[in-house]
Order: sequence, then C-alpha cells, then structure tokens
Amino acid sequence: MSSVMSTASAANSDDLIIDGSAYQSRLLVGTGKYRDLEQTRLAVEASGAQIVTVAIRRTNIGQHQDEPSLLDVLPPQRYTYLPNTAGCYSAEEAVRTCRLARELLDGHTLVKLEVLGDEKTLFPDIVQTLEAAATLIAEGFRVMVYTNDDPIIAKRLEDMGCVAVMPLAAPIGSGLGIRNPHNIRTIIENAKVPILVDAGVGCASDAAIAMELGCDGVLMNTAIAGAREPVLMASAMKKAIEAGRESWLAGRIPKKRFASASSPLDGTFF
Amino acid sequence: MELVINGKPEQLPDGLSASALIAHLGLQSTRLAMEVNREIVPRSRFDSHYFQPGDRIEIVRAIGGGGQ
Repeated sequence: MSSVMSTASAANSDDLIIDGSAYQSRLLVGTGKYRDLEQTRLAVEASGAQIVTVAIRRTNIGQHQDEPSLLDVLPPQRYTYLPNTAGCYSAEEAVRTCRLARELLDGHTLVKLEVLGDEKTLFPDIVQTLEAAATLIAEGFRVMVYTNDDPIIAKRLEDMGCVAVMPLAAPIGSGLGIRNPHNIRTIIENAKVPILVDAGVGCASDAAIAMELGCDGVLMNTAIAGAREPVLMASAMKKAIEAGRESWLAGRIPKKRFASASSPLDGTFF
Repeated sequence: MELVINGKPEQLPDGLSASALIAHLGLQSTRLAMEVNREIVPRSRFDSHYFQPGDRIEIVRAIGGGGQ
C-alpha cells in the first residue's frame, strides 16, 4: 500500500511545468492531417495530450458556417491551445499570426513560434526565428520555439526569454527519428527551461528515445495522424512517452562490451 | 467601395463597419479574429471600426494544424 502511495505521489510530482502551468501529459499533439474532426477528437483523447497545437488560417467565406469547428470538438476549457505559426517564412508573418491568435483566443499568450527556411527541408530560419522571438517576447507572448538541434542557438533562445525550446529530431513529417541524439542531450544539459522534441518522430520507440535522452516532452502530429490507425498510434505514443520518462527517471544501466550474469554464482551445485 | 477580404476584392457599401461586414458574411456566430491593413481590430471595436476604400481585411479562425 505504502509503495502504491509513494508511486502515486512521485507521479504527481513529475508534472511538466511550462511557463508556470503544470501538465500531467508530456505528449503534445498537433491537430492537422486527420481524416475529419471526429478522428481528430478520438486521436487527441487517446494520446492523453493536454496541449494541442492549432493553425490560424483564413475563414472560408460563404461556406458551411454551421459546420462544427475544431474548438467545438476540442473545447478550449479542457485543452490548452497552442496556436502555431506553421507555414510562416518570415518574422513578420509569424508575429502577425501570433497577434491574430491572441485576439482569436481571448488574450491567450502561449504560442508556438516556427519560422521556416525552405519548403524542401522545412528547417527553421534561425535569423527570422530570433527576430520574431524578440518581438513576441517584448509584446508579452509566452513563446515555445521550434528550432534546429544546435545547442548554441537553443541556449540563445532560452536566454532571450522563450518559455520552452523545441529542437527538431529530424525534418518535419520525415519520421526519421532522433538524428542527432548527442546534440539533443547537450541542449537538455544546458537548459533551465523545458526542452521538447518537435518534429521528426516516426513511431513510438522514437518518442521513447527522446524521453530517455531526458527531454521534457515531445510534440508530434504526422506520426499519429499519418499512421494507418491514428487513434491506435496515439495510444502507443502516450505509452511510449510515459515509458521513456520512467526509464529516464529510473536511470539506465551502463553499456558494457561483455556479459554480466544476473544469477548469483554462489551456491551452484555443478 | 472596394475592400479586399481574405485576398479577394469585393464591392461593398461605403461606410461599412466591421460588425456590419461580419453580419453581411454570415459570420456572427463564428469565433474569428480580424486584421485590417496588418493591424488587429479587436472584436470589442467591431461596432466602431469603419472601413476605408481599399482596406485589406483578413478574417481568420483556428483550424487543425501542426505540430508536425
């Protein structure tokens, strides 16, 4: 009983803290690329995510204004919305997007900043990202920032006042997994703000590896929405994030070249 | 007067307010945000904001999106 209690209290004390708010889930999910809103809802529920990213786009004028919207199926009272600047290729576009999102979501200031460099790689444009981050922070936004896996830039973004730094594991939507675990590790070791892997995860083991490196969380969309069974993959990702986190907290054994028997040698009768 | 709404030129009556435009477009019950010539017009000012000919208006909403 007491061990059950202590496990429960340990779990409670392991919340993810972003900008002073506590989250029990370390999996953040995007809401794009699903078949329909119902599949979006089911996948987000199966993922256990509490923070969901959304895009800000033009309203379709004259079309189906009575159709349910994302805000109907994922109520903002229940989920923390993370408007993101996906699709922006300049600091100016990203800043305008965040200002519109703040107005749309009644003064909500937590945003995901992403300024892209080119369409082939979707790598971040770091010069534009730094410029946008400075403007947004000065305007009172709480910025979670997508960046590459460069430890120097990650630290710079933290020092500017970003509330979380989110290096890519691999190109957006590539599913290649963690391409540079050593850099991700270095970014984590240097950081005082949460570090979340954002982009590149392809399957549940990739998510677990990110967490075993010591990441505070993982943000993904395509790996779930693009799976053959998105709702099942969402459930797999939830477990992988939890397993990876516990594995990190538990502390892995050192790797050795040769075997080390797990049964005692004392008392053998042969 | 001509206004450019979400990238499309539209002919609309002079002296149109933001509230009147939203009603004209049937968007009263939609959660949205508006930018006019790259400046936010808060919903609280829709009644008192009047458009000028040539204004470029963006009306946006939240939709499913990345994450990656």
